[in-house]
Amino acid sequence: MRYKNLNRLLILTFFFFFLILPLGQILAQEDTLPPAPPTEVRASDTQNDNGHSITITWKLSGDDGAGKKDVVAYEILRSESPAGEFVVRGMVPAGNNTYQDRGAKEKEDKNYFHPYHDFYYKVRAKTLNSYSESGVAGPAQAYGQWFHLGKLPVFVGTLAFTIMVLAFISLARKGKKFYVRPLAGIDAVDDAIGRATEMGRPILYILGLGSAADIATIASFTILNRIAKKTAEHKTKIIVPCNDPIVMSVAQETVKAGYLDAGRPDMYQEENIFYITSMQFAYVAAVNGIMLREKTATNFYLGKFYAESLILAETGSVAGSIQISGTDEIAQIPFFVAATDYTLIGEELYAASAYLGREPLLLGALKAQDLAKAIVMISLASGAVAASFHLDFFLRLFTVQM
Amino acid sequence: METIGIWIAALLTLGIFSFLYKDNPFYKFCESLFVGISAGYWFVTTFWQVFMPKLADNLVAGRLYYIIGGVFGVLMLLRLFPKIGWLSRWSLALVVGTTAGLYFTRYLVSNGMIQVQNTIIPLYVKGNLSQTIGNLVIVIGTFSGLIYFFFSKEHKGAFGGLAKLGIWFLMLSFGASFGYTVMSRMSLLIGRMDFLLGTWLGLIR
Repeated sequence: MRYKNLNRLLILTFFFFFLILPLGQILAQEDTLPPAPPTEVRASDTQNDNGHSITITWKLSGDDGAGKKDVVAYEILRSESPAGEFVVRGMVPAGNNTYQDRGAKEKEDKNYFHPYHDFYYKVRAKTLNSYSESGVAGPAQAYGQWFHLGKLPVFVGTLAFTIMVLAFISLARKGKKFYVRPLAGIDAVDDAIGRATEMGRPILYILGLGSAADIATIASFTILNRIAKKTAEHKTKIIVPCNDPIVMSVAQETVKAGYLDAGRPDMYQEENIFYITSMQFAYVAAVNGIMLREKTATNFYLGKFYAESLILAETGSVAGSIQISGTDEIAQIPFFVAATDYTLIGEELYAASAYLGREPLLLGALKAQDLAKAIVMISLASGAVAASFHLDFFLRLFTVQM
Repeated sequence: METIGIWIAALLTLGIFSFLYKDNPFYKFCESLFVGISAGYWFVTTFWQVFMPKLADNLVAGRLYYIIGGVFGVLMLLRLFPKIGWLSRWSLALVVGTTAGLYFTRYLVSNGMIQVQNTIIPLYVKGNLSQTIGNLVIVIGTFSGLIYFFFSKEHKGAFGGLAKLGIWFLMLSFGASFGYTVMSRMSLLIGRMDFLLGTWLGLIR
């Protein structure tokens, strides 16, 4: 019995030392063998950017998705000389053959990417236990492009629109009469001012919460100028509480110009165009108070509005004021439609300034917009029909790479 | 200390709510406090988040070209002196003109190019009736909406009919937007009520 067990032990020892151990060593060696290296590594400036980035591409390792299939990732290494020290810049999972080495634009940033500077790259294919490196690629430099080719449609669109605007302005200056369809909200302006005059109460003009450079605010300035002129003619007080100091400054200039146009600069009172605060709801609380205390006969809400639109319009409604509103903020239009007497929807706000002003500059821009809309409508209809037949020509016309 | 804060917040909330009844001295006090504190807060915020990092720090670091922005800022302040106040128009012109120009391409892309791109879709999708109907609604809605915003032609006849269809599409979308926003405002009201009845009075947990 004892000899039998001894025999078994000897057989097991034999297997362990002469079969299992060598086999394990062979397998372990196999596992630490480096994978096939990536090849055809190329480094070049990333196109259509402002510099500070180099794109590296390579051909996948023979062991990535093929061969031993043990490549798990690629590391991208960079150096400032071919023989210099390469440092890891990033890593991508197996199966990827491109990497963008990006850096910061600011010199103070520790990750600053020096433009117009030679860089060399290597790509390292990694398995769990080993790796292999490609040859050195480079030198490559990062530099910005003057023109983003992916944004060519924007350039063409801007150029075409500018030409259209200039052409229409020129025509308007030569005396060509342009038709602009009536806008109910604007037709009601005269009645609203007349009402305030008859009642002997002031008019409240709110420019919204936009900055002086917002298109809706700019359109509102033009309307304010016309309304200020009419209030000066009617000797009616106009109050313009502002949410932004720069908007207030422009509004003061606008109202003053309106009073000058009406030939009544003496009636202009700068203190009626004032700044309250830039905080949204504090501003609303103050304007609501003004509405009730001054008992404004007419309220204009023209410009950029956000969550305060309904609060303002509801208070004005409770106060019994005639209210004319207009904004290009789509989410706020429903509230104005519900709570004010007349609403200028979106682009009607821009058209209103041209309609009221009848100035060649504004009319020209409005006509150019209409022509642009006609082109868009034709492209839209043609594009939808073409898309039904799997033709993407029209789609490509409007595709912009960001 | 926290209890005092809760009491102040609750009383001020009630003060603002009192406007629902009518204008009153309590509301006037809350309004003045709100406006005063917010204006002061904005001044300090602008000083530390705009003036110091964007101008003062850069000048101290030797980037003297930032003085150009500083000069335009000073020009704005000249409004305080009526005789030379007209100089502020230079700053205003720069701000309005530059920003409007920058916004132009942004709006052209977001409100123009991308909108059109997303509307150029097949009118008929084989074997998918719901998507076909959906695509038709998008294309017809956009097309008729654009006609509504066409200002060079009177809305009469077939053109007027399409414009009317456009305004129907607009009103339907406004209705949906109205409902959605009202619901979000309700959640704000619930939040305030939760503060008053829960945090302040402890009536709900």
